Parts: sequence; structure tokens; C-alpha cells
Amino acid sequence: MATATQDPTLPGRRTARPGGAGSRRTRRRSPRLRRASLPYLLLLPAALLELLVHLVPMLTGILASFKELTQFYIRDWSAAPWRGLENYRVSVDLDAPVGQDLLNSFFVTCVFSVLAVGMCWLLGTAAAIFMQENFRGRGLLRAVFLTPYALPVYAAAITWAFMFQRDNGMVNHVLVDQLGLLDERPFWLLGDNSFVALAVVAIWKTWPFAFLIVMAALQNIPKELYEAAAIDGAGIWQQIRKITMPSLHPINRVLVLVLFLWTFNDFNTPYILFGDSAPAPANLISIHIYQSSFVTWNFGTGSAMSVLLLLFLLVVTAGYLLVTSRGRKTADV
Amino acid sequence: MQKLRVAAAVLALGTLAACGSGSTGAGETGKGTPKTLTYWASNQGPSIEADKEILTPELKKFEQQTGIKVELEVVPWADLLNRILAATTSGRGPDVLNIGNTWSTSLQATGALLPWDAAAFGKIGGKDRFVDSALASAGAEGQDPAAVPLYSMAYALYYHKKAFADAGIDKPPATWDELVAAGKKLSTGGKWGLGVEGSNLSNNIHQVFVLAKQHGADFFDASGKPAFTSDGAVAAVKQYIDFMATDKIVAPGNAEYAQNQSLQDFAKGDTAMILWQTAATTLESHGMKPEEWGVAPVPVPSGAPGTGQNINSMVAGINLAVFKNSDNLDGALQFVKFMTGDEEQKILNKTYGSIPPVKTAQQDAAFNTPDLAVLRDTLATSAAALPRVPEESQFETAVGTAVKELFADAAQGREITTELVKERLTKAQQQMPTK
Amino acid sequence: MSSAPTAPPRSFLWARAVFLTLLSGFVLVPVFVMVSSSLKPLQDVSGRFRWLPSGLTIRPYFDIWDTVPLARYFANSVVVAGVATVLSVIIAIFAAYAVSRYDFPGKRVFTVTVLSTQMFPGILFLLPLFLIYVNIGNATGIALYGSRGGLILTYLTFSLPFSIWMLIGYFASIPRALDEAAAVDGCGPVATLFRIVIPAAIPGIVAVAVYAFMTAWGEVLFASIMTDDTTRTLSVGLQGYATQNDVYWNQVMAASLTVSVPIVAGFLLLQRYLVAGLTAGAVK
Repeated sequence: MATATQDPTLPGRRTARPGGAGSRRTRRRSPRLRRASLPYLLLLPAALLELLVHLVPMLTGILASFKELTQFYIRDWSAAPWRGLENYRVSVDLDAPVGQDLLNSFFVTCVFSVLAVGMCWLLGTAAAIFMQENFRGRGLLRAVFLTPYALPVYAAAITWAFMFQRDNGMVNHVLVDQLGLLDERPFWLLGDNSFVALAVVAIWKTWPFAFLIVMAALQNIPKELYEAAAIDGAGIWQQIRKITMPSLHPINRVLVLVLFLWTFNDFNTPYILFGDSAPAPANLISIHIYQSSFVTWNFGTGSAMSVLLLLFLLVVTAGYLLVTSRGRKTADV
Repeated sequence: MQKLRVAAAVLALGTLAACGSGSTGAGETGKGTPKTLTYWASNQGPSIEADKEILTPELKKFEQQTGIKVELEVVPWADLLNRILAATTSGRGPDVLNIGNTWSTSLQATGALLPWDAAAFGKIGGKDRFVDSALASAGAEGQDPAAVPLYSMAYALYYHKKAFADAGIDKPPATWDELVAAGKKLSTGGKWGLGVEGSNLSNNIHQVFVLAKQHGADFFDASGKPAFTSDGAVAAVKQYIDFMATDKIVAPGNAEYAQNQSLQDFAKGDTAMILWQTAATTLESHGMKPEEWGVAPVPVPSGAPGTGQNINSMVAGINLAVFKNSDNLDGALQFVKFMTGDEEQKILNKTYGSIPPVKTAQQDAAFNTPDLAVLRDTLATSAAALPRVPEESQFETAVGTAVKELFADAAQGREITTELVKERLTKAQQQMPTK
Repeated sequence: MSSAPTAPPRSFLWARAVFLTLLSGFVLVPVFVMVSSSLKPLQDVSGRFRWLPSGLTIRPYFDIWDTVPLARYFANSVVVAGVATVLSVIIAIFAAYAVSRYDFPGKRVFTVTVLSTQMFPGILFLLPLFLIYVNIGNATGIALYGSRGGLILTYLTFSLPFSIWMLIGYFASIPRALDEAAAVDGCGPVATLFRIVIPAAIPGIVAVAVYAFMTAWGEVLFASIMTDDTTRTLSVGLQGYATQNDVYWNQVMAASLTVSVPIVAGFLLLQRYLVAGLTAGAVK
């Protein structure tokens, strides 16, 4: 991506100490050259793999967005006719159902992502902080909390789909039969409630990831900080606010971004919950694109939608990195 | 020194990654030698493993006859279309494959399947061996078929004998009015007259397609352009939704059914009727005995199924296609000949509870049971192929979704007006590719 | 580890008890439903929901092996996810170390590009990637499609970007004083990585490894077209319990639980590394 995202705080930028303070022995071959090439060598495998598995297919996808790739042409992509910006025009034409649906799906995805990321982060961080100090059963509880993450996505989603059934599901059994909160059995996999169902499932299976990451990050906060704070008379809530949260800042910055990109492009959850035609209130953009490309055999339009999505995410990410880096003195992530 | 070691390690890793990917699983597709064939079968039996057990002895037989070894892969339905798409795009696929017959025209348009011209048919015993309606579902009109029929199925009305007896209904309904009347009698005390799969797009399409035919309408006009909003099409969709919305013979919960829950309800005796294709095996697996249900033709307005407006089923079934890229076309044709031969047709269709699309095999007594006779006669006299246009899959998605949404509305108590139905179908039509 | 000298106040203990109880409920209810459904006969599972099975049966736990080749799928998943994780973590450690400890031209391009790869919806490069694998196969004879190797390559690349980014974060939080001390002791940059940075970042590395493993473990879309019957992974294979005619709910649940037990056990074993903190690393 040639997108020149200006990010003044890229990790480790401050730490310009090539080679460590290692001018120890003089070497025969130019140590300077070797030192300069070391970081590239370290990056090489990652760069090669990304190139093969992500970048080249991505560029292919971008090219495809300018082509007409329907069932008539998918057999030979190179021979498919060029369509210029036609695929894009169809995708953003808000007077036609295709454009309207895409826009709707886009809004749904935005709300869904913000909600899911917020909840995952909140639950994960709170649980990690509460479990920072040892208490009886902590190990067991930790394992319990990681269970949703350990289940294959299919198992998790199909179980929730099972529980969300209108007539035979557990959720309605509790709400209607046992608690009597509702008189009528609501649908959870159809209509407006489908959004709730989707969000619940996504949060259920993703929050343990936030928990895991924050838990690991908490280990790196020096104990002395807490001890000093305690001597200064800070209570535990204040310690959390003054020490824990600021120390988590670097990892949070990555974690929230990871969670956001992840939920925004989540395909598995809605696909397993709703099959290939999700109800409009839960029609996440990835499902929508799947439907516009695989199900309807139109890879050109699907690609155009994906490219639009990519542009949006690039802008959001760049903005996010800029905003989160502002007002902080350290440049460490 | 240490830096060098890192460099070496990194390079080693890079190669490792490449080796790891290369060494495993190589040579499994088994193409290249003309003595093997790869066959993708769709899941027809109770499970993927069961299918393997059913098909393996047959493939062994073929190997004994011809010396060609067939590598079988039973592909789950969830993956089948994507696998075929990937195979089509890349040219890397099986030699012979199963396709749902409604996909035939769409796949034909890709040009990846071998067209069945007279010469090809000659190698498998001629076109005349197959039932016309089945053959008609194997590709676009006026073109050589893209596949040959393998298993055929048709819709029928399955009714619960005990529920009918309890409600004092002595014979299955032959017209929709009778069905609604019976349904109203049956829908009491937590039981319901009819079951539908409201969230299953294909099933929705199959049902409204037939109803539209009965209203004298088609979803595509003669030139192949979508015509979803004709009065007949709108009336057909409304009629289907009204079973739930107005007639109230379908439980609202059916709106979210997409995994054959209506069969379970039927087996439990909670619904008294379903419109289904070859349900016997599944019903039995849910603990029903064959004598507990009856099978009748799907109702038609006149009460007598036939052609034109008395169509009462789509032609359902599985076709067998040959991948043009196959490097063993000859073997592939031999294999198709084997699979469509009388003997295999009888064995396989008996096992799967379907009807052989091969005329001679159909005469076997096994297909003359009361259940299967209904299906067989329907196929022979009153079934029509779904629209044979390349945009068939888009049609299924667009209209199937419209029906699904209408069911959801009906289930939540919203009024289903003709205008609403028309509005949804208009939207569906606008989603179709324009050209 | 916030070992304040004084015991935490009551408000904290209460908040903790309430929060953790509610959260456990949220987490455990579906797990309970899975367990109880896996012990019911099929007719009961597809009927009205009941908390406790009326007719208890362990049959599903036997049937699961015959409905789909579960053992093979499980082995495939373990191999694919395991190898992808190991490679991904190693490659990510090198890359993250380079980025966090060196300044060099192109660093920003690298990090931003790597991150941007996570923004492209997988659906779209699914077919192009498949095409590339097929072409590599045609050109070199290395069969990447339909093989575990192709899947390993794909998954390790999927988890790589975030692994790199997260490790950069963990590495950056390791005090530079440790590096300097190592340098004074005569350690080169690589020795510093292995002797100082990696030990100190063990919790982070384990977290990243868990992430990489689970990414590969749960992926559905790519596995669905990149595998065949012999190489199919669990996440796709489990769908085999939903056939054209039936969903074997009880078997899905039984199979999901069965295959998850080793994973949860693995998590339990890894726990001590997750909490082995900075201090442990710094001593070495």
C-alpha cells in the first residue's frame, strides 16, 4: 500500500540505537553494512509471506474490481472485459437497491464494530484487572473465561443459534416461560433482534481475547510502581486509575485496533448464524460482499465493494493512529 | 558471527515454510495418469461417512470393469458451490462432479463443463434413455445440456395420517382451497396444519415457482429478462405467505426454519402437512414409521395435476457433470455411463430414496411403492424445470430473500398486502444484473 | 500482582465478586447448554428446550466418530494450527525485534503495509489466492491447494500482522536498560534478543501464540475451499453434522466439546507462562 500514512509514533521510532552499543571488536567485513542489513534480514520472511499471501492477491482483487467477472468470465480472469469504474458506480448508486443495501450494511457494521469492540475491551480489561491479584479459584476461572475462545467458531455460533431458536431455544425459554418477562416469543434470528443476537455471539467469543492480551500486558507493570503509590496513600481504585490504566495504554492501542479490524471484517459469525442471507439489521459488510460476489457470481462488483471498504478502513486506521498518539510524550507504541 | 547465524536461521525458516507447504498432501488430486478419476459427490445420504460407505463399493465395481480407479470426495453442501467456483476459476478440479440441477445453467455459462452433444451422449447410450423433464433441467434451452441427470426428485404433499383421522379429514387435499380448509381444522391446540422452511431460500423459490406457474406466470420472460413483478408472480408469493399471514395454518416460528425443522415438527406430529421432496429417509430417522404418513400430489387449482397451470412441482435432482479440463475425458465418460447405467441407477436411487431419471431403470418395482409412484408420476407429467437462465442463482438469492423477509414480517404480525409483496419483488428485481 | 501492602477495600472485593460471577454466567450458560444437549437423544434436542436432559445418553459421543471422520479432522487442525503458530511466532519475533530496536529506512512502510493487509476482507482475496496457489502448483509442482501446507502458509500469514504489532508493543515495554546491560556484557543484538528480550516478553509471546493458534483453529472460509476430504480441518469438518436433511445438534455439541477439551487443557498448561512476569525474565 503506497498510502503514505503519516504516523509519527510508530513503535520504537525513538530507539535509534543500531547494533546496540556494540562497537566492541573490529570486524573484517564492514560491520556497518552488516548492521544496516540486519533489520532487513529479520523482516524478510514476514515481508515475503505477506507479499505472497496478502499483497499479491489483494492487488489481484483491486484489478478485478475494474473487470466484469460474472459467471461468463470467471474461467479466465485475464480475458474478462474491463468495466472501468462501472462496478464502483453500481456499488455507490444510492438510488438503486444495491447501493442502498451496501450503505445499510456499512452502517450496521460500524455500529456493530463499535459496540462489539467496546464491550470486548471493557469485559476483557475489567476481568484481567480484577483477576490480577491472586484469589482462590483464579486459575480455574481463567480457564473458564478462555473457553469461548478455545471453541471452534463454528461450534460457538451454532450453539448460540441453537439457543436463539424462537420456539425451542433456551433464550426464549428463560425469557418467556421461566421469567415471564415477555408474553410473545420474539424472534432472535430474524428482524431487528438479529442484531442483538449477532452482537452477543461476537462479544461472547471475542472478549476472552482482550482478556488474554490485557492479562499478559499487566505482567509487565513493575511492582515498584504500585508499592510507591501505596506508600503515597493511593487506594486500589486509584492505583488502577493512575498506574494500571496508563501502563496498559500501549497495548490497548494495538488491541483496540486489532479488535476493530477483526470485528469489522468478521465473516464467520454472521455466516454461521444466518447462512448466506443475513437479515438486513445484521447484514455485516463481509456477508454482504460474500453475497454480492460468491452467491451471485459477480466478483467484479464484490471486489469494488471490498476496495471501498479497504479505503475506509485505511482512513479510519490512519486517523486512529494519529489521534491515539497525540498528547503522549513517549513514542513507544 | 551471531548476525550470520541469524541470517542463516531466517533463511532456513523461509525454506522450511516452503517445504512444509510443499511436502504435505502433494499428489493427492491424483490427476495426470489416465487410470484415475476424481469424483466429487454431493452429500445425499444421512452423513458424509454414510455416503462414502454407499458409494465406495460401487466405485470398486467400476474399477473392476474398467481398471479406472475413482478417487471419491463427498463434498458437504456448505462447501460445494464454493469448491466448484474455485475449480472453475482455476481449472483445477475434479474430473466428474455432482451439481444441484438448478445450478446447471449458471455453471454452463462459465464454459467449464463439458457440453453433452450427440457424440457425448452416444458414448453413454443416447439421450433417449433419460426422462425429458430431468434432461430439461440440465442446462439452458436450445443448448446442449451441461450435465446429465443422476438422481431425480419431485415435491409431494406429505400428510400425517393420524392427525388427519383425528380431525375427521378422510382424504388428502387436492386443491389449495381444500388444503387451507384442512389446515384450519388441523391448526388447533398448539398443532398446525402446514409446515414451511421460511428462511431456506431455495425451498422458498421451489414453492413460489410452482405457485407462479399455477397463476400462469413465470419469473423470467421469454427473452430471459426477470419479470418478478407480474400480477401472477405477486399473487403466487402472496398466496404462499398467506398460509401463515391470513390462513394461519403455518406456525409463525416456521419463519426462521432453514434446517428442515419442519420435518422434525412433522415427525413429532406438531404439523400435519409438509410440501417436500423425498422426505421418507429423514422422517424415518426421526422415528416415524412409513405407515404413519401418506403421500399425495401437491395441490393444484383444478385438483388434477398436469401441464401448464396444473404444474405441481419443480424438477428437483442432482446432475452429473464432466469438467472440461479433465485430462481423462474418456474415462470420465465411461464413469458417467456406469453411473447412469440401469443397474447403478437402481441401486443408488433405491438407497437414496430418489427416482431414477433413466426410463428403463424407473420401471423397477422398487420405484412403484405408493410414496415413490406419486413422485415418479409427478416428474413424468406435472413437473417443470426452474428458470433455465444463467442468472438462476441470483434469482434464488433475490426472490428467496424477499420471501424470507415477507415470512418474517408475517410472523411478527405485520399485514401482508399485495403492495408490500410487489414492493419486495420490485426490489428483488432491481438487484438482478442489468443486461 | 498489584500487591498493595494493605488488603483491598470492601468495595473492590464486592465489585469483583459481582462482576466475575455475572461474567462467569455469561460464559458458562452456552457451555452448559452444549454439555446438556450433547447428552440428549436427537429427538429431545430438537424439541422444546429443557435445562436437564430427560433421557440421558452418551451415544452422541460414540456416534460423532462415525458421522464424520472427526479424528482425522482433529489431527489436521492440530497439525495446521500448530505448525502455523510456531512459524508465525518465530517470524513475528524477528520482525518485531527489528522494528522495535532498530531505525532503518522503510520501517514505516513495512509496519503500515503489514497492518493494511488486515483491512482487506478475506472473501475477496480468497479466489485470487487460490489462483496463485494453483499457478504455483502448475509451475513448480508444489501442491499448495488442497494441502495442509497451503493452509499453514495462509494461516501463518493471517496471524502474522497482528502478532508483529502486538510483539512490537510487548518488546517496546521492556526497559531498554536491560538491553544496554546486555550490551555491556558483550552480547550482540541476536544474543540480546534471545537472552533478554524473549525471556522478558514470554507472557506476550504466549498470548500471541495463542492468538495465532486460534486464528488457524477457527478459520472457516479459506479452509472450505482449500482443503479436500483428507486435509479438511475441524472448523469446516464440524459442519458435516449438519447434513442436507438433518442437523445432528447433539453430535455437533458432543464433537465440539470433545475437540475443545485438549485446547482448554493446553490453555491451562500455558497459564503459568502467561503470568510469569517481567521479573522472571529479567533475572536471566
